[in-house]
Amino acid sequence: MSTPNLKIENLRVSIEDKEIIKGLNLEINGGEIHAIMGPNGTGKSTLSSALMGHPKYEVTEGNVTFNGEDLFEMEVDERAKAGLFLAMQYPSEVSGITNADFLRSAINARREEGQEISLMKFIRELDKKMELLEMDSSFAHRYLNEGFSGGEKKRNEILQLMMIEPKIAILDEIDSGLDIDALKVVAKGVNEMRNPEFGCLIITHYQRLLNYITPDKVHVMMQGRIVKSGGPELAQRLEAEGYDWIKEELGIEDETVGQEA
Amino acid sequence: MSVETSFKYDKDYVGKFSESRQEPQWLLDLRLRALELAQQLPMPKPDKTKIDKWNLTEFNHISSKENGTELPEQVKALIGEDGEAGNLLVIQNGKTLRSSVTEELAAQGVIFTDLVTAVKEHGDLLQKYFMQDGVSVDENRLTAIHAALVNNGAFIYVPKNVEVKSPLQAIYFHDDEQSGLVNHVIVAAEDNSSVTYVENYLSTNNEGDSVSNIVSEVFAGPGAKVVYGAVDNLAKGMTSYINRRGRAGRDARIEWALGQLNDGNTVSDNTTHLVGDGSFADTKTVNIGKGDQKQNFVAQIFHHGKSSEGYILTHGVMKDAASSIFNGITKIEHGATKSNGEQTERVLMLSEKARGDANPILLIDEDDVTAGHAASVGRIDPIQLFYLMSRGISKAEAERLIIHGFLGPVVNEMPLESVKKRLVEVIERKVR
Ligand SMILES: Nc1ncnc2c1ncn2[C@@H]1O[C@H](COP(=O)(O)OP(=O)(O)O)[C@@H](O)[C@H]1O
Ligand SMILES: [Mg+2]
Repeated sequence: MSTPNLKIENLRVSIEDKEIIKGLNLEINGGEIHAIMGPNGTGKSTLSSALMGHPKYEVTEGNVTFNGEDLFEMEVDERAKAGLFLAMQYPSEVSGITNADFLRSAINARREEGQEISLMKFIRELDKKMELLEMDSSFAHRYLNEGFSGGEKKRNEILQLMMIEPKIAILDEIDSGLDIDALKVVAKGVNEMRNPEFGCLIITHYQRLLNYITPDKVHVMMQGRIVKSGGPELAQRLEAEGYDWIKEELGIEDETVGQEA
Repeated sequence: MSVETSFKYDKDYVGKFSESRQEPQWLLDLRLRALELAQQLPMPKPDKTKIDKWNLTEFNHISSKENGTELPEQVKALIGEDGEAGNLLVIQNGKTLRSSVTEELAAQGVIFTDLVTAVKEHGDLLQKYFMQDGVSVDENRLTAIHAALVNNGAFIYVPKNVEVKSPLQAIYFHDDEQSGLVNHVIVAAEDNSSVTYVENYLSTNNEGDSVSNIVSEVFAGPGAKVVYGAVDNLAKGMTSYINRRGRAGRDARIEWALGQLNDGNTVSDNTTHLVGDGSFADTKTVNIGKGDQKQNFVAQIFHHGKSSEGYILTHGVMKDAASSIFNGITKIEHGATKSNGEQTERVLMLSEKARGDANPILLIDEDDVTAGHAASVGRIDPIQLFYLMSRGISKAEAERLIIHGFLGPVVNEMPLESVKKRLVEVIERKVR
């Protein structure tokens, strides 16, 4: 199997005719963990949603290939089946569908008819992963995200990540709203996935998650572009000094999208 | 404006028909009076649904098709493994194909038989219930036509204090495109008895222009409990008028679980009168519309007795260009103190052209009561769809999951596993 690859070239994305992502380049390979950091409103969620195919976001320019294939030629479910995963900042709640049924449908969607995962095997896997994520087993039978607290939803996203085993995962603010213990649990889940066949893009505006998941590369996003890239030390400097020095360096007054002169 | 129809059956025809069935005088009289009324009375006027272009009156009365001796495959599929040995009624094209009741029940005085047999063997008992206090002959042209031409159905009688443990199952199967389905069900449960009855209406006439005119009357005597499950699955070529009505005596309970899943235009009314103090009704319905189907659903509970409780829960899914009216009516009469009535109607629309209209109506003539209602009409949330698809689930499967999720709370409350299973199957087929 070839190493997973996600290659973004000169991407531009609009929402309701307002351009949010303004020419973004990034390449992620299997075995690599990238982090995108940046203050609120700089386009991080827009980037991740557009890559997954969220209906509200319009890609106006640029190329994205996923394992050599044109990502934007694929439907949302095809992207997922090709191995792309997005842990969403605000996961939906769906009434009447249990977490377990949902996960089983997701797994079986990747399998041929007649090759569906056996119930026993599924339950075994699910139990194992829920235990690792310190989730109460009752969550399997609750309706999908319905009434889950913020932290429970985040854990549930990681549970899906672990059950589905994608090739490249984007984790959009998986750390927000988590206390330090929950943060460690989520990090444990992600670290468990780490291998040469798995690439990951962690989106966050705090450095603290990166204390538990050491990234290979760190990028800073402002005004809908990556404005600076470096190694883990960049994250540490941001933690210590904030974003102002980058803004100064680049002559940016307001880092959010749409504020530039 | 209702269209004037040349109703083709006359006194002579009805008289001969009754005679051929060796019916008692009371029934002949009732039929002849009904026939006269059928020519005078107006059509029913379902709220907000125009039925004047629907054919609900012109149909061939009796099927000329001969039944085989074997049960048709579609019927076998509904009965399941052990059904045939137990309490079962199968009527095909209006003709009784199977009618069995266990010896144990028969020994306790329980009657479970087809209407034709009931007329012959239990005429006096039947007369007490047949279109007297439940659905009246003279409500409208269609109830009158029903009485004049009623062809077959079921009669269930449970004597005092008898608890019928296993459910009674009836299947009304229609595979004759030409003839109508005029079917009548009576469930009479005497004091402190209990019974569960489950029926399936199934027809194969996708083409053509046929009519079903269905009446059910349920009587729960003091302290009795009746659970009534139904899956209506009549094909597109059948236009339906369905009236299911219950009367609950003191401390009696009636629980309805109705899957209203016909493919043709349908007017379906489910009404319960909580007559006795402390009586209870629970009405759960699942409804689906597809194609250009038009439907009108009424679920209503009248509280007459003190401390009576009534609950209505309706979930509907509208596809394509289907349109439906859902009227939930809770009426608490003066004097029905300490009563409680609650209802919820929810409609999910799957296309731009679909129409769903949910109207919760509370009519309260008594101060000392509690009542509540909730209603919603919505579409599938595209963000939900995106979320499910982002996990690799196809759009069709994601929609299927959302629909099942939406109907689940009602389906899961259905009293019997077999009804639940059957409902899921029909829902599956209908929303695909
Ligand atoms: N659904 C939306 N409708 C309108 N504007 C939006 C929407 N989503 C994002 N935006 C705008 O796009 C910009 C970037 O938002 P977002 O990508 O969520 O940033 P981040 O994730 O970095 O906080 C913001 O100015 C925000 O107001
Ligand atoms: Mg965001």
